[in-house]
Amino acid sequence: MPLARTRSVIVIGVAGQLVEVEADISPGLPAMAIVGLADTAVAEARDRARAAVVNSGEDWPNRRITVGLSPASLHKHGSALDLAIAIAVLGAAGKIPIDALADLVVVGELGLDGRVRPVRGALAMALAARDVGCAIVVPASNYQEAALVPDLVVHAVANLAGLVGLLRGEILTGAPDTTPTLTPSEAGSVPDLSDVRGQVAARFGLELAAAGGHHISMLGPPGIGKTLLAERLPGILPALSGEAAVEVTAVHSIAGRLAEGQGLISRAPFIAPHHTASVAAVVGGGSGLPKLGLVSLAHHGVLFLDEAPEFAQSVLDALRLPLESGEIVVSRSGFNVRLPARFQLVLAANPCPCGLAGSMVAICQCSSLQRRRYLARLSGPLLDRIDVRLQLAAPTLAELRGIEGTVESSSVVAARVALARHRSERRLQGLPWRTNAEVPTTELRKRWPLPADVVASAEEAFETGHGSARGLDRVVRLAWTVADLAGHQSPTALDVETALLQRTGRGRWAA
Amino acid sequence: MAQKDALGRYGEELAVRTLVAAGYQLLDRNWRCRQGEIDIVAFDGHTLVICEVKTRSGLAFGSPAAAVDKRKLARLHRLAAAWLATHDVRCIEIRIDVIAILCRRGAPQIEHLVGVG
Repeated sequence: MPLARTRSVIVIGVAGQLVEVEADISPGLPAMAIVGLADTAVAEARDRARAAVVNSGEDWPNRRITVGLSPASLHKHGSALDLAIAIAVLGAAGKIPIDALADLVVVGELGLDGRVRPVRGALAMALAARDVGCAIVVPASNYQEAALVPDLVVHAVANLAGLVGLLRGEILTGAPDTTPTLTPSEAGSVPDLSDVRGQVAARFGLELAAAGGHHISMLGPPGIGKTLLAERLPGILPALSGEAAVEVTAVHSIAGRLAEGQGLISRAPFIAPHHTASVAAVVGGGSGLPKLGLVSLAHHGVLFLDEAPEFAQSVLDALRLPLESGEIVVSRSGFNVRLPARFQLVLAANPCPCGLAGSMVAICQCSSLQRRRYLARLSGPLLDRIDVRLQLAAPTLAELRGIEGTVESSSVVAARVALARHRSERRLQGLPWRTNAEVPTTELRKRWPLPADVVASAEEAFETGHGSARGLDRVVRLAWTVADLAGHQSPTALDVETALLQRTGRGRWAA
Repeated sequence: MAQKDALGRYGEELAVRTLVAAGYQLLDRNWRCRQGEIDIVAFDGHTLVICEVKTRSGLAFGSPAAAVDKRKLARLHRLAAAWLATHDVRCIEIRIDVIAILCRRGAPQIEHLVGVG
């Protein structure tokens, strides 16, 4: 029977969706039709597949070929279906045993010479194949990625001829003899905290943020080290755990940001959008099929907004939802796409438009109204979610010269952070939260109430008009992280005062 | 050019023999009008068959059948109508066939594509 069936995967959002690829050859004039809501890239598979088959030394059937992609109502996009289409046609032409195809998921883009080119999102595709219990054929350069999925047979092919040989049983295995590895290149690529001189208070704030997963804001004149500090946050965050690492790797693979042959991403990603970025670029969406935004790339990592007040109001507002729910839901007619976006936010801002307010070396030209308006762009609901608020001042010359002692490196701080995380994880065991920052303040008060004498200093600060009730709750939450870092069972009065210091500053940025 | 035309005529001869051998009743050959030419008109039972013959001596320019594209098919449709208009023939059904002939070493390969458009 001139009909063959195989499977492939397309990626929608961050999930792989299985697509059945059928090829039928009927008598008629040579022609090829691809049906099933294919976009231009899929329709072009017709020409790529034909050239690749001929250049691989196989005969292209000069008949009427119909390729059906189902589910037919789903929009198919991209070039990852190429290989499956070529294989289905060859199967229908009787060139490959059909039974070998049925339980196989095939992904790969074809070059005209029959080479199999890498695809984006191989990890998500492999996960989809595993879910239906099928073996998967991937381009050789995606092997590392697909092989990260346990309980899955992965065949890697470099060209169409290789896959044809594999299916005919001529070649026993197509897998290269490499094993998936953790990416070794990442360790050296993250800048180290020892580069930052001075800013002792800010370094501690950063450590707190890392230990508790708190969002953090930094206010200070330009050139003071805000960016320097923010860039070093991933270096002191704990390495990504198994599940998180797979999620992050899958997202980065779909976005095409994974280097060829790169394995699991084990370090928290650091994403710094420019302040001219659009809403769609930051949170995802866009026209046509929803695309991943930068917040999704920052999933399980750090999203750094430098010059935060310069961002469009709509972009800042759009961040509120992912900050709340840890995901973005993009709605299109007929379907919703959920994009993961659980990130740690780092905001940096100059104190005024010219950036010189509070500076010792130059005089700020901004009017007080301008200054107020500048910071007011960061709306209350956004600032509300930020637990650690740092005011950075210019370091003294002594600090710059490093007289105050040896500067700690990232590895030293990371060790303390890991220990603190370990303590908080033990406390939160069996609960739906992983870090202190995720615990709602109401739950915090209910489950772990603190004695009155411990929180006295904080309450006093709020009584004297230095903050709101909500701010008080936030201080208590931060105090838990201070306690975790210090190795205390629960926050002491000093821990609460330390936490208070991290939140009270001047003007709007105070709690 | 003459060689090409000779190949074409040889192909048409082969095609006619094929159709006759299959029991078709031949009506017309190389019928021309302003819009073009029909290679063979024949009856297959009660079906009027408009037959286009494509002959090639090699595959360098693709298979012979692949040379019949949408435009050519559309032309054959128009020609069929024109032929019917000028002949007093009644038929229940009209069909367009392509006979693709590849003349390489050994016996020519004849492929009869039934009902292509």
